[in-house]
Amino acid sequence: MKFIAFHLMPYADLDLSYTDRYESAWVTLPNSYYDPVKGHALYNRYLDELEYADQLGFDGIGINEHHQNAYGLMPTPGVIAGALARRTRGSLAVLGRALPLVNNPCVIAEEFSMIDNITGGRLIAGFVRGIGAEYHSWNMNPAFSHERFGEAHDLIVRAWTETGPFHWRGKHYDFRYVNTWPRPYQQPHPPIWIPSQGSRETIVWAAAAERKYTYLQTYSPVAAVKKFLDMYREEAQKAGYTATPEQVGWMAPVFVGETDASARAEAQPHIESFANKFLRMTPEMVRPPGYLSLASANAVLEAKSSQAGGARTIDQLIESGQLICGSAATVRDQLAEHERTLGLGHFLALLQFGTLPHEATMRNIERHSIDGRAHTVCRERYRLVLVGGGKTSQGRA
Amino acid sequence: MSSVAAAASRSTHTVEGTQVSVLRGGSGPPLLFLHGSDAFTDWQPFMAELAGRFDVIVPDHPGFGQSSTPPWLDTIGDLAHFYRAFIEALGLHDVILAGHGIGGWIACELALRDTRDLRALVLVDAAGLPLTEDGVDTFMLSPEALRKASYTDVSHAPTDDAFLAQQPKNALMTARVAWCPRFYDPQLAKWLHRLRLPALIVWGEQDAVFPPRQAETFAAAIPGARTQLVAAAGHLPHVEQPQAFAAAVAAFIQGGLK
Repeated sequence: MKFIAFHLMPYADLDLSYTDRYESAWVTLPNSYYDPVKGHALYNRYLDELEYADQLGFDGIGINEHHQNAYGLMPTPGVIAGALARRTRGSLAVLGRALPLVNNPCVIAEEFSMIDNITGGRLIAGFVRGIGAEYHSWNMNPAFSHERFGEAHDLIVRAWTETGPFHWRGKHYDFRYVNTWPRPYQQPHPPIWIPSQGSRETIVWAAAAERKYTYLQTYSPVAAVKKFLDMYREEAQKAGYTATPEQVGWMAPVFVGETDASARAEAQPHIESFANKFLRMTPEMVRPPGYLSLASANAVLEAKSSQAGGARTIDQLIESGQLICGSAATVRDQLAEHERTLGLGHFLALLQFGTLPHEATMRNIERHSIDGRAHTVCRERYRLVLVGGGKTSQGRA
Repeated sequence: MSSVAAAASRSTHTVEGTQVSVLRGGSGPPLLFLHGSDAFTDWQPFMAELAGRFDVIVPDHPGFGQSSTPPWLDTIGDLAHFYRAFIEALGLHDVILAGHGIGGWIACELALRDTRDLRALVLVDAAGLPLTEDGVDTFMLSPEALRKASYTDVSHAPTDDAFLAQQPKNALMTARVAWCPRFYDPQLAKWLHRLRLPALIVWGEQDAVFPPRQAETFAAAIPGARTQLVAAAGHLPHVEQPQAFAAAVAAFIQGGLK
């Protein structure tokens, strides 16, 4: 299993009492809540944290894209990737760009190619549809989300792999001259990963034999992760092949403390701010009409009565597996168990979440990396320890 | 009106490869009513009121309610072309074309393309033109908040299982045709002055979705249009005040379309 240190870059200085006046940290929370002086410090702090994780031997670092909210301050992930490109050595995973939100997907082909060239082929290219709330923020029609995602993907892959110029004639895009400069460093193109919250349509599409894209389950209870990764493997079987562990991954917040009790106590306010303040959205923001297929929307309607409401506590999050929290030994054992039962090839550790401060984040990165030794030594040791204290050979691969 | 209501029926027609479910009742000149964001699950009091004077025809739009979803449906313009075909398929002539919300928008697009077989236009709290002042964002409201915004008296809002069950389908198609630009087409604003049909504009005095000033915008855009505001009504005056609505339509038609 490979490890990526993932970051959302939230506006950690958010005044959490915003909920007295506003219903969400997305779409409609006034940007007067954002202080650019604090933002300047946060961006540089977060870059330091990701660079540190790279130095400590993570296989890669990961970032993503969000718009007009306090949850994630990377509306243009290429800017962050550019800032990280020359100061890191491992994989650089942009997970991912929201294809349907742009009117010209060729800009994503170009942006990813640039990062791939600068890093000498360390880019992992993530493609997503974007969160439902972003269809409000961007005023993009959610009912065309699936269509635009599919067409934009086809256009980008062709722009990466076919000698230009060529004419793209599609339903949503028409470009007389597609001719990508620079071409991607990795041939035929960078690895494509598909992060999702568990859309069946997305899983079926990613698992198709002509794609075999790595599917990444984002922040979810372990039971849901199992369900969706199994769904991916079943779809692969239907498509006539067996999915490898490298084709599935999971992203979850992780907090490693001295002991289980101290880890829980230290993480509590920050993970609860993440779940209840930064992720706070109305159902109408999460699922604008058309964002889900009609079959999925009807399923949500039927399931509504069984959904639990209210604030989430750290105990609930640990219980459901949405947060992995404890001493290094506890976290190691849980990750080894998840690797075994979920068949994971990739794990993305969200080591900063909500209001978690810089010093605590750095300690979390260190503890997660076990001993903070030099890059290559740590990488090997890190895998050995996480996979079972050196008793198995799995981690040596 | 009860005998008229009893005569109403629901039937299915195949037009442009689409199975269209149609409520129909009454007798007289044909009145084709194009619904707004929600299809009607059953015969409504305003339909019964109109059925005393008109042959009232209320289809579920393609992609809405009990109609099938055709692969060609992307825009309001698609629905305008569809209803031209629908009028031909049902052999309708001298049609009073009425539309509420996006149904009013479809009616405008249809009438601008082709006035054959049309006698008059009735627009009810219609979409289609840019708002001069923002109403509520219907796509951001909870179902409860949307009911409060749409009706002066929420007890007028349908809450039966059949209606709620088809809401995801109706909402998806409404978004598909009206998300962006939000409930209007800049081309319509440019060309609505070319409309050559007698037009009645009906508006709920307390519409919070498309505020009543929008009635003036339509009146200014359509030459010779007459405006009728309906008291104690929000976004759906035909539902909240069926008698007043039907009376306004009847007066317009019987008064020589003036």
